[in-house]
Amino acid sequence: MNLLNPPVVPPKTYFWVWFALLLLLLLNWGLAQFNLGPFNLVATLAIPFVQMLLMLLYLMHVRYNAPLTRVFVAAGFIWLAIMADLTLSDYLTRGSVPGTLRKSWEHGAWPPTTTQAPARANS
Amino acid sequence: MNATLPQTITPEIPRPPQRLLTYLEEGGHTLGSWLLTTDHKRIGVLYLYSILFFFTIAAIAAAMMRMELITPPGDMVTSETYNKLFTIHGTTMVWFFLIPSIPSVLGNFVVPLMIGARDLAFPRLNLLSWYLFNLGGLLAVYSIAVGGVDTGWTFYEPYSSAFSNTHVVTMVAGVFVAGFSSILTGLNFIVSIHKLRAPGMTWFKLPLFLWSTYATSVILVMATPVLAMTLVLVAAERIWGVGIFDPKLGGDPVLFQHLFWFYSHPAVYIMILPGMGVVSELITCFSRKPIFGYHFVAFSSVAIALIGFFVWGHHMFVSSQSVYAGLVFSILSYLVAVPSAIKVFNWTLTLYRGRIHLDTPMLYALGFIGLFTIGGLTGLFLAALGFDVHVTDTYFVVAHFHYIMVGGMVTGFLGGLHYWWPKITGRLYPENLGRLAALIIFIGFNVTFFPQYVVGYLGMPRRYHAYAPEFQVYNVMSSAGASVLGVGYVLPLIYLIWSLKHGKKAPANPWKATGLEWQTPSPPPKHNFAQTPIVTQPPYQYSPEIEEELVHG
Amino acid sequence: MANPSVAVAEQFDDMPQQLEASTLGMWTFLATEILFFGALFLSYIIYRHTYVHAFAEAARHTKILHGSINTGLLMTSSLTMSLAIHAAQKGRQRPLLGFLLLTIFLGCCFLGVKGLEYKSDIDDHLVPGQHFTRNIPVQGQLFWYLYWMMTGVHSLHLAVGIGVLAFIAWRAGRQKYSAYYHNPVLISGLYWHFVDVIWVWLYSLFYLVNRY
Repeated sequence: MNLLNPPVVPPKTYFWVWFALLLLLLLNWGLAQFNLGPFNLVATLAIPFVQMLLMLLYLMHVRYNAPLTRVFVAAGFIWLAIMADLTLSDYLTRGSVPGTLRKSWEHGAWPPTTTQAPARANS
Repeated sequence: MNATLPQTITPEIPRPPQRLLTYLEEGGHTLGSWLLTTDHKRIGVLYLYSILFFFTIAAIAAAMMRMELITPPGDMVTSETYNKLFTIHGTTMVWFFLIPSIPSVLGNFVVPLMIGARDLAFPRLNLLSWYLFNLGGLLAVYSIAVGGVDTGWTFYEPYSSAFSNTHVVTMVAGVFVAGFSSILTGLNFIVSIHKLRAPGMTWFKLPLFLWSTYATSVILVMATPVLAMTLVLVAAERIWGVGIFDPKLGGDPVLFQHLFWFYSHPAVYIMILPGMGVVSELITCFSRKPIFGYHFVAFSSVAIALIGFFVWGHHMFVSSQSVYAGLVFSILSYLVAVPSAIKVFNWTLTLYRGRIHLDTPMLYALGFIGLFTIGGLTGLFLAALGFDVHVTDTYFVVAHFHYIMVGGMVTGFLGGLHYWWPKITGRLYPENLGRLAALIIFIGFNVTFFPQYVVGYLGMPRRYHAYAPEFQVYNVMSSAGASVLGVGYVLPLIYLIWSLKHGKKAPANPWKATGLEWQTPSPPPKHNFAQTPIVTQPPYQYSPEIEEELVHG
Repeated sequence: MANPSVAVAEQFDDMPQQLEASTLGMWTFLATEILFFGALFLSYIIYRHTYVHAFAEAARHTKILHGSINTGLLMTSSLTMSLAIHAAQKGRQRPLLGFLLLTIFLGCCFLGVKGLEYKSDIDDHLVPGQHFTRNIPVQGQLFWYLYWMMTGVHSLHLAVGIGVLAFIAWRAGRQKYSAYYHNPVLISGLYWHFVDVIWVWLYSLFYLVNRY
């Protein structure tokens, strides 16, 4: 049997994953009810990450896939990371060099007291 | 029984084996058989018709721009009209001509043949891709017909959402739809090259055109969705009056630029990599030599595709992105030039000690190498922060990208079109006219665009319909060159169409090239090969020494 | 068991090759979807980082009951989708059809709850624009813009998924699938699970901010 053809995963596995997903949902919701400082952010990122992994590996069969398929799965995430990383390299370093951040869009200098945009003729 | 004379016995005349029908015949000649085809070869031809139509529209816009620019004052069209002209020219050329040109025309036709397959992995998706392309084009043409768009092909915020009075939504919808067409094409190529290679065709036996096509397809698939979402956001902001790029809400217009250029920089590699792939095929065939450094050229395609995703901020050096980001993007932009240089080096060393045949495709390939090198070098100038702040948004940049997209990609497209024309149509084009047109195009191109480097360096801004009088001589040269270039482009249109009826019938392998596509008749039968070929040799098994002996020995 | 009445498509040599190609094709498409949504997720990250307070204020107004129920519904629909795939792999026609219909039903429930939630959000003046509520700082409109855009695009994708599954279910009802050939069920399943993965992130990012 070809490695890429998903093997017949027993329903039991699917039920266990579903149960784990629901538990994680409950955990996510529960932790959010309390002020845990920076840990709130960690939790709301880590829990969906684990849920995503469970779904990818078991429900989407990535655990049973051949290496080539896994490369395709990884590719989307890698490219997203490239986009995020380099874009954030701009946003996280604005103002690092003294004198280069003047009327920033985020520091209350916008909007200038402007006139309204003229009514547009077309769309 | 009558005692008749024995009847004369006619000896049985042996019949020649039945010729396999070509893809042009099999399936029928009706319009329906073409419009509902799933044959990759027919779809490639359909794309050729489509892109020719859009090229014409964009060329007319360019002609009008060059006419306006003959004189310094803006006396032929208003500035608003001029803004629409360069927007039409840019959007139509980029999305409706250049991006589909080699992949969707030559790629669709040649990729399955080169890998020894009967068709691509998803033939119906391929047909859908063509229809989506035309739907997108229809929307774009409609937006042009009802008054055009004046934002530039870059649709910068906040002008494109809050201030422009033109038909932005229709145009971005057209680009959005065409984008999905290109995603499907890329997806098809990726899966086909992975899964449908003939027995024995390992990755390192692939012709380099396929490595380039694969790299291009990765870019198509990974970059285009970001453009799609960005255009949705622009349209939404126009329609509903609120958006995430709006400073009044605390939004950042520069975020639009990040998202836009994350696609649009890799897009320019979509608009050169396939041309490089064609050149690799042409250089080896017409110098009768295996490529120098096959692995380097193959990996350089992948490297260009990958590193090309890291450099988009070099379009934003003056946008107010952070100094640190500018530095990072500048350094990475230097890095991305390296694989391109490796290709030029390897092509040159392939030529060295080869038996050079200056047929039309080879003239285009040689033109590509020279013009792409000039364009690429000026890209390095632009990657330097200090230089860029002076020439950004001037004609220097315009010249740079035209050297690559026209001097490079369009030249490569024409070279590939001539090279595979016998395979696609079963006819030979007139060789002398081909060479003449190539020469005219080369001369016309340089006279058009080289002065633009100079005038841009001297300070003439781009996207202006009027300019300071001291720039006139360069503009006149440029417009004159454009007329010559136009003649050069019309010539192939005429003689290629002429060759369909009157050209000599082409043999299976008119160029004596290696490659599986030449092992099947010209034009090929519908399913490409009578039997699935088995590959035992690496590509480009040319031998100039043996041919030298054959000729002179 | 081979089902000779199902022909392998002519560009492929055999059924395993066809399935491999379809799977890679669907994963390629899902990669494009990651980037499609990714642009919005990136925008969210940038603005939440910049306007921490405004986003925290704005996020208090999301309907956590609706969001949580919807998450549960979608996760259960992923379960039923997986059970449909299992039935297809075993060649069991009735469970296949049953689980597909159940998945569709759960998807429709999601959209129903979402519709109610949207109505509630509109009544609370949480649509960015002129009538946006004054109780939230102006940058909070960015949060709500992203909410409408991201959950809207997600719901569109879900609706398309329901349409696709409806077609698959129709085909299944006509016994077009077997243990030998059920590729469309497999790759629709991938798409369905992917839509669920997107939702799991949306839930965390929109509903669980500043809930204490």
